[in-house]
Formats: sequence, C-alpha cells, structure tokens
Amino acid sequence: MEILSNLALGFSIALSPYTLMLAVLGCFIGTIVGALPGLGPSNGVAILIPITFTMGLDATAALVLLTAVYYGAMYGGRISSILLNIPGDEPALMTTLDGYPMAKNGRPGQALVISGFASFWGALFATVMLALVAPALSRVAYQFGPAEYFALYLLAFSTLGGIASNNQAKAAFASCVGLGISVIGLDNFSGLPRMTGGNLHLMDGVDFLVAIVGLFAVSEVFFFIEKHGKGGAVGVKLNKFRVPWGEIWSTRWTQLRCGVVGFIAGVLPGAGASLGSFLTYMMEKNIAGPEGKFGTGVPKGVAAPEAGNNSAAGGALVPMLTLGVPGSGTTAVLLAVLMTLNITPGPTLFTDRPEVVWGLIASLLIANFVLLAMNVPLVRIFVKVLSVPPALLLPGVTMVSFVGIYSLTGGYFDLLLMILFGIMGYVFRKMDIPTVPVILGILLGSNMEDALRRAMVLSDGEWTYLFSSPIAIGLWIFAVAGFIAPVYFRNKIRKPQAVTD
Amino acid sequence: MKLFSAKAVATTAVMMVGSSAMAAECIAPANPGGGWDFTCRQVGKLLYDLGEVDQPVQITNMAGAGGGLAFAHTVAERSDDAELIVAASSATTTRLAQQAYGDATADQVRWVGAIGADPGVIVVAADSPMQNLDDMVEAIKADPGSVAFAGGSAAGGFDHMKPLMVLQSGGFSDITSVKYIGVDGGADAITQTVGGFTQAMTGDMSEIVGFLESGEVRALAVLTEERVPGFEDIPTAMEQGYDVVAVNWRGFYVPKDISDEDFAMWADKIQAVADSDEWAEVRQANGLAPFTKVGPDFQNWVDQVIADTEELSREIGVIE
Repeated sequence: MEILSNLALGFSIALSPYTLMLAVLGCFIGTIVGALPGLGPSNGVAILIPITFTMGLDATAALVLLTAVYYGAMYGGRISSILLNIPGDEPALMTTLDGYPMAKNGRPGQALVISGFASFWGALFATVMLALVAPALSRVAYQFGPAEYFALYLLAFSTLGGIASNNQAKAAFASCVGLGISVIGLDNFSGLPRMTGGNLHLMDGVDFLVAIVGLFAVSEVFFFIEKHGKGGAVGVKLNKFRVPWGEIWSTRWTQLRCGVVGFIAGVLPGAGASLGSFLTYMMEKNIAGPEGKFGTGVPKGVAAPEAGNNSAAGGALVPMLTLGVPGSGTTAVLLAVLMTLNITPGPTLFTDRPEVVWGLIASLLIANFVLLAMNVPLVRIFVKVLSVPPALLLPGVTMVSFVGIYSLTGGYFDLLLMILFGIMGYVFRKMDIPTVPVILGILLGSNMEDALRRAMVLSDGEWTYLFSSPIAIGLWIFAVAGFIAPVYFRNKIRKPQAVTD
Repeated sequence: MKLFSAKAVATTAVMMVGSSAMAAECIAPANPGGGWDFTCRQVGKLLYDLGEVDQPVQITNMAGAGGGLAFAHTVAERSDDAELIVAASSATTTRLAQQAYGDATADQVRWVGAIGADPGVIVVAADSPMQNLDDMVEAIKADPGSVAFAGGSAAGGFDHMKPLMVLQSGGFSDITSVKYIGVDGGADAITQTVGGFTQAMTGDMSEIVGFLESGEVRALAVLTEERVPGFEDIPTAMEQGYDVVAVNWRGFYVPKDISDEDFAMWADKIQAVADSDEWAEVRQANGLAPFTKVGPDFQNWVDQVIADTEELSREIGVIE
C-alpha cells in the first residue's frame, strides 16, 4: 500500500489548479509540436526549457509542463503520419504504414481516434508500470552488454525486409543504403572522420530528421509537381464518422501486447520509442499473418505502433529516473532539465526526492487523461487540415520542413542535404524501393556498429563473444528466424502494402 | 504557439529599448542536455542574476562535430564579437590537441576562464576484487586484457586518457594493449561496469555520485590534488603514489580578435560568478569541485594542457 500513499503525495503536488493549467497547456503545445514534421518531442521540450525559467517555475511545475509536452508530442506525432504520410517525429514512422492507407480509404477520423486510444492505453500502461516497477526494472539495463545490444539491433534489421516492401531484396538494399549513410561522420572509436570529405557539417553524420523530412515530405512535393497538382497524394477525403468503438475494442489484445513490448523497449537505454513502435508493429503483423492485411490500413496496424511508442516513451523514463541513463533523445533533454533544477537522477532519486518522482508520475497520469480528452473531440479539427487544397498544403509542408530542419543546426547545409534526400526519395519511390529501411538504417546503424566494435574490443576480436549470453542467443535466434521466415512464406503471402505511397 | 509569439515580441521590445545594453550570447556547442549546455545555462543565468549583464544571456545550441562546428563558427564568422562566449571543457582542448577539429588550433581563440571542474575518477563495481589503484595496475601488468575500461568519451578521448595516465605513472608502458570502450556517457559506462561487461569505469565525479550513494560502485581513486569536499573517503591517485591529476574543467573561450579590455571584462565577470554563493551551491549539487582560473592565467594553463595531451595522444597512436 506504500504505492498508494506515494501516489497520494504525487497527486497532492500535481493537482493544484496552476499545475493542472500547465499540464493542459503543455499537452496542447506538445500535440502541435509533435504534429509538425521535423519538430519532435526533443525539440519541443528543448524550446520550452528557457520558458520554464523565465516563468519562474519551480521544479515540480517545470517538470509537469515539460513532461506534458513530451507526452503531447508523442500523441501529436501520429497526426501528420496519418493525414500526410509524413511522420511528425521519428517514433511515428511506423504509424504511416497503416495510418495513411486508412486515411486514403476515407477513414482518417477513425484512424486518428483508434490511434488516440492506443496512445492513451500505451502511455497509461507505461505510467502505471513506471510507478509499480521502476526501481526493479532499472536492473534490466545491467543485463545488456555490447553483444546483447548488437543482437538486438540485428533483430531489428533482419526483420526489416518483411515490413516495408513486397520485395525483400529491395528492402535489404534500402537498409544497406541507410547503413551506409550511417557510417558518415566521426568514427566513435578512432575519432577520425569517415566519408565526410573534410566537411565539418558531416562530422556528426547525417541527422535522421533531415533524412526523414527529405525522403517523406520533399519527395512528396516532387510527386506533386510531377502531377501538376492533380490528385496530389495528400488529397485524403474526409467522411463523416463516429467513434469506432467496435474497432477500438477489436484491437484490445493488440494494444495490451504492444503496451508491454513497447514499455520494455523503452526501458532499454538507447533503444527508445522508435524501436518500441517498430517492434510492436512487426510483432502484430506477424501475429495477424496474411489475413491481417497489415499495410492496407487496418485498425490493428494503427493501434500497434501507437500503443508501442507511447508506452516506450513512458518506459524511457525508467532508466532516466533510476539510472540517469536516458532511454531516448527526449529523456536526455528532460535529464538536462532535472540537472538544471538541481535534481540528480540516479538510483537514489526515489528515496531522496520522492516528491519529484511521484509528482512527475501523477502529472503524467493527468497529462494522459487531458490528452485523451483533447485528442478525440479535436479529431475533427485535425482532419480539417486535409480540406486545405494540396496546392496550398504542400507549399506549407515545404515551408514547415525547411523551417524545422533549419532550426536543427541553423545552417543551410542540412537544407541542401534534405533536398538531396528528397530527390533520392523520389527516385526510390519510382523504383518501388521502400524508404523506411533507409531511415531505420541511419537511425540504428551507428548504434549497431558501436555495439559490434565494443564487443570486439572486449573479446579481442573473438566472434563467439557475440553468443556469450542466453539473452544474446535468444535475440540471435529471433533475428535469424525473422530473416528466413518471410523467404519461405513469400509465396503464400501476397504482401499487399507498399509504404511508398 | 501564442505563447511563443508573445514571448518573442516581448524580447524584441526589450532589445529595442535597451539597444545600448550588452546582449551577451553564450554558445553551447552541443544539443541541450550536455555539460556545455549546462555551463552556458547556469553561468548565463547567474551572470544575469548577479547583475553582471543587463539582459538575460541568450543561449544558442550549436551542435556539430563534437564542438568543432561552434569552434569553426567562432573563428570564421565571429572573430571580433565581444559579446560572445562559448562553453568549453577538457573535451574541447583534448580534441584540439588531437586535431579532431580539422585544421583548427587552440590559438585561434582566447581562453578566458574556468569556473569549476569535474574531478576525474576511476571506479569499479562494488563486488570487484580490485581495492585500490595498485591492484588495478598489477592486474593489468599481469594480463593487459584482464581489465577493460568503459568511459563516456570516444577512444583517445579524455576518459580514455585517465587510466592510461595512471598506468604510465605506475610504470606500465604498453598502454596500447589496454582495452577501452567508449559508450554513450558516464552512466552508460557505469551500467556496463556494474553489469560485468567491463571491469572498471573511467569518468567524472558528477557521473558517479548517484551510484556511489546507492552503493553499486566503489571509487578506486579521484584524480585531483586534494580529496574532494563531500567525498573525503575517496583517496586521490597521488596519495596512492600515482602522480596524476585529471579534471574535466568547465569554462569558456572567446573570439580571438576582441580587445584586451573586453577580454579582461569577461575574465572579471566569470571570476564574479565563480566567487558567488549561488554558484557554489550549483557547483556542489552537480558534483563539481572548485576550480577557478581566469584571464592570462587560464590561457597559460590551457596551453600546457594541450601540449601534454598531444604528447600522450602520440604515445597511444591517436595522432602521428
């Protein structure tokens, strides 16, 4: 019953009218920030840090505001994924796979509502789990060394082939392109620049946001230009809709499973929400099998990644609070906020500063309900975005893309790079090569390489080290099975979907 | 969104009214969240709170090339901007010494002051058989592969240097055979060490505070001249017979072509922050030890550090 008294303490801090107002404000801003392509949760939180200082917020109030923005952005990311086929942020990538087809089928409202409920459930589950098991779960991180991480990333890549294309070779090619791009930049081990051509802007490698916006948004604009504005791909029709309770209910097991898996993915440091949404989508797709019609716009395909990434977002708070190890980019920013507020996250935070931890947990719960209340009725407003004619919308998308990317580094170099990615996206889509694996390659490639090289340093180049623990072996088995299985089943499965529009 | 525009308008208005006042800018050469960002935000806030500047210091995050982008920007585009300070640390000088910023060299800017330092530490898991630096050095002498280190910097970076300096001082010369993996930050390095994947962690005091309190790790040594206040039970390397001092200082550089008066003015302001009670509180809460060097004094110290780093980097083969 200790947890109840802890939660009571938390709510006593979080339920003042002022903090409630901050939560609502944060949720609203977060949803918008999340929906804007290029502006992800980490940017949103980072932008608001100075504002919390100028407003003179105390530690708890600042945390309430910023975590509300964080959760809000996780909700908001799905909106542009579904309506525009442009992920609002990186974890919402997988939501495009079924969300956009669903919107094109004339059911954008349903897609938004289902994903809204899935987000709610994922976030709620994660927050409750955070409260229940955070101290114990933080131990999981100790079981993951370089070999285990390498196997984990390998699992992600080996199953990539099946998700994004009818043709595994094309998907593998796209993954390799992404992996190739990921080696650009400073080599983490020698500190030497690779493939940068002496350009300082490439020293940190290619930012995945530049790639995402280029491959998705800019190439969309090229297609639009090619069609002379006729029937632009974003011209999704809005029908009348009612809240699809039946469909939401039909995804209950999906949401439950994805909440669990997403949470675990979030707890692993460095894995974060992207891996969470990716793993959950893959898992649900495999469970559903060919009859599941994943990729054609099915409710489960929308619910899975959203439950997964919102749950992972909560899970990522576990290592951040208990170990000081941020599980994602945004929690790294939140960690920075805590430090500036003179709160040092770590194993002792739960005992030293219970009011901070439980105030945070309570405010997460509040933010989650606020977001649900805000997102379901407001779906009509978000869908209205679509009634804007493409001739206006696409220039708008272009502008937001440019501003968003420019704000990353404040330099024109990334804008050029983004346009190059746009051209690449256009060519790839023409050739029916999926673009999602490219982005996942850029996203996970360097982590995977680092894990492998760390393993090799520790083992003096002995490759058997990669199979030295039960966790690693288990992950390898899943990885190999995930790669081979689709080859045998390909004849039986007519994969209907194509990510590339 | 309304909030943003309201704020923006307000800021613009203030700036127009007080255009004669100084609008200081601090560049943090990294994304929000790291040590440089912390330096800019905390010192920037105190500069304003203490009345050293008339307006809040504007913080610009300019991530790129491990600080190289901000360095190149300062040298190429802001070389006479007297209102600019850039956050720096040991990582900055280490990278400059190893030519990690391309052709950039440390004399292209002026090193204006340091306001605190994160003492270097070497820690092991609580159940490790190694009790002190002697145990560690002996184990490595017997089998260089038996002790792998994890740290938050890349190979050749400052965290990597720390155990190598200790080993050199202990008479172990084959330092290229020592295993080191660079992970994503000190907490990650501790996780790997507590998990048993590496045998020791090398990092900064601030990174281990929470883990020390929870009893999961044990510090073999702190790499300062004196024991650190608040952590009196951790022996220094010097006490144990290893003449090694390695602290991750936090400070600033300024553009090269500003006047000597402006340079002296910044040195004074930084001194004022360093002397304030507010800074003492922030410093302690974040595991930083006192370390104040400003003006020409700091400039000379940086020159020496860079020379030493170059020498060690050559020995471990990071540079030729």
